[in-house]
Amino acid sequence: MQKLISWIDARLPIVEAFENHMSKYYAPKNFNVWYIFGVLSMLVLVNQILTGVWLTMSYTPTAEGAFASVEYIMRDVEYGWLLRYLHSTGASAFFMVIYLHMFRGIMYGSYQKPRELIWIFGMTIYLALMAEGFMGYLLPWGQMSYWGAQVIVNLFGAIPYIGDDLSLWIRGDYLISGVTLNRFFALHVVALPIVILALVVLHILALHTVGSNNPDGIEIKENKDENGIPLDGIPFHPYYSVHDIVGIVVFLFVFCGVVFFFPEMGGYFLEKPNFEPANPLKTPDHIAPVWYFTPFYAMLRAIPDAFMGVVVMGGAIAILFVLPWLDRSPVKSIRYKGMISKVALVLLIVSFVVLGYLGVVVATPERTMWARILTAVYFGFFILMPWYSKIEKTKPVPKRVTG
Amino acid sequence: MRNLAIILFLSIFSLGAQASGNAHPMDHIKTDVSDMESLQSGFALFSSYCFGCHSLKYARYERTASDIQIPLNIMEENILVGNAKIGQLMTNSMSTDQATVWFGSPPPDLTLSARLRGADWLYNYLRGFYADTKRPYGVNNAIFKDVGMPHVLAGLQGVCAEAPHLGVEPVVDPLSGNIIKSSGCAEYAVEGSLAPAEYDEAIYDLVNFLTYVGEPSRLESEDIGRSVLIFLMFLFVFAYFLNKEYWRDIH
Repeated sequence: MQKLISWIDARLPIVEAFENHMSKYYAPKNFNVWYIFGVLSMLVLVNQILTGVWLTMSYTPTAEGAFASVEYIMRDVEYGWLLRYLHSTGASAFFMVIYLHMFRGIMYGSYQKPRELIWIFGMTIYLALMAEGFMGYLLPWGQMSYWGAQVIVNLFGAIPYIGDDLSLWIRGDYLISGVTLNRFFALHVVALPIVILALVVLHILALHTVGSNNPDGIEIKENKDENGIPLDGIPFHPYYSVHDIVGIVVFLFVFCGVVFFFPEMGGYFLEKPNFEPANPLKTPDHIAPVWYFTPFYAMLRAIPDAFMGVVVMGGAIAILFVLPWLDRSPVKSIRYKGMISKVALVLLIVSFVVLGYLGVVVATPERTMWARILTAVYFGFFILMPWYSKIEKTKPVPKRVTG
Repeated sequence: MRNLAIILFLSIFSLGAQASGNAHPMDHIKTDVSDMESLQSGFALFSSYCFGCHSLKYARYERTASDIQIPLNIMEENILVGNAKIGQLMTNSMSTDQATVWFGSPPPDLTLSARLRGADWLYNYLRGFYADTKRPYGVNNAIFKDVGMPHVLAGLQGVCAEAPHLGVEPVVDPLSGNIIKSSGCAEYAVEGSLAPAEYDEAIYDLVNFLTYVGEPSRLESEDIGRSVLIFLMFLFVFAYFLNKEYWRDIH
């Protein structure tokens, strides 16, 4: 074994790579439970790729055959139901862990200098993942797949001058059709996974260059021992690898509970209208996107003008990209920020969650009013950040990590 | 051609709006796809009363028979339509064009009806027919207003004179102990061969079968799921102590 490793190592630096990224990558020793979601999103990514490959073996990407091929997978393919539920539940789980991972980053200021690029790569992954989720959702060719795609592609039509041509170009037809299904299939299984994998590599390389942030927001590289090892750092392997196994087992327990017992999750992971094949002549009464898009969908519906709605919805995602330059606080972590930042963070979460709820339910005048208020609150967190993060009184940051 | 498409679009759209715009109270049932006797009698009812118009085109005879423990020879002798083979999908021979002429819209495939509509909806819909001379087949439905389907099970249930009460909590007269109000028909225009309670049970079995056929992997899934969760609990214990052992020297 040792001989084989040295043979390879003479030709490819595997030992060095292992040391750089695992056994001699020093991570702060004070990570808490919020630091599990990065590794969990990698786990779910692997799950999506593996189950996706096997689903592709039996799926038919045509308007005539797609719906029946999904039922063929569910019934006639050995453990096909398991592959499909792992993939459909995995999609929701992916967004869940990504949202929690992003919340961790916002809470502890992990986007601040020198980690701006990690944040940008991460946000780009999130964007690619939204495209991946959206295109994947069309593939079962159910009623909600079809009309959800119709509504979202039509949004591009609200852009002045080029809108109609742009949505036509995306669909490849005057309405969602087999042509659209085919191209979404190609993008979902080939193009976007490659983009996402490449971005994940960049995200991690950038992270391992500057090192991880931690709940105290302290740079552990500023306090090193005589060997140049951070005093508050511990090797990722074995300490965090064994640590992560515990988190992974807990996650898998919840995940498998859903997969084996509640794969529809009350209609939120698999929407009921999707058990009926797509019918271009019959619009469902209530078109709701899958839960992970609903906060943005609620913002879109809250704005009376179609084009402005699209701008606001796009802006809600775009503004996250510039977060590193909005935060003027001298400290990173919420632990040492002032009261305004803490209240603002709570308001951000409340507005995002409640908007998510409002995006699921049918709009009423009262709900639309709430959606408007909460859209303003959401944007307020970001737009006012340069001001409140600068004026508020922060607490002194300790030299060494706590707890 | 274009005008035709628009008319079709509008008529189907308005039909759909009516179908779900009605939030009728409903009786609730708890399906049990491990109750083989119920699934078998549900399937028997399906094959004699529903299969003529409604297919189960994503499910196969053989798988269905094995899952609900019907011997294959009995299935072949009694249920298979025409010269169908036991490995085939449960399609039927009604043509969409003709069915549209007869009923206004073709009878939908029912393989996924329980997942699409829910078991409660089916249970109430099938008990929701009542006499209405304004409709082409002389019946209307409390759950699905102006539905195109005739009351196929009228021979069993009879036909309610008025819209049946559904989703009603039984009210018992405190003095006599008699039930004075409950779900079901108050009065029958035509008597059926089954007593109301027997009919409800037959419909329960049918809905139970449709629930099974909507997701035939449910029992296997929960079976495997239990083992997986138990395995993960054991794995957690090992992972927890392994982690504790390593982290002992970190302060």
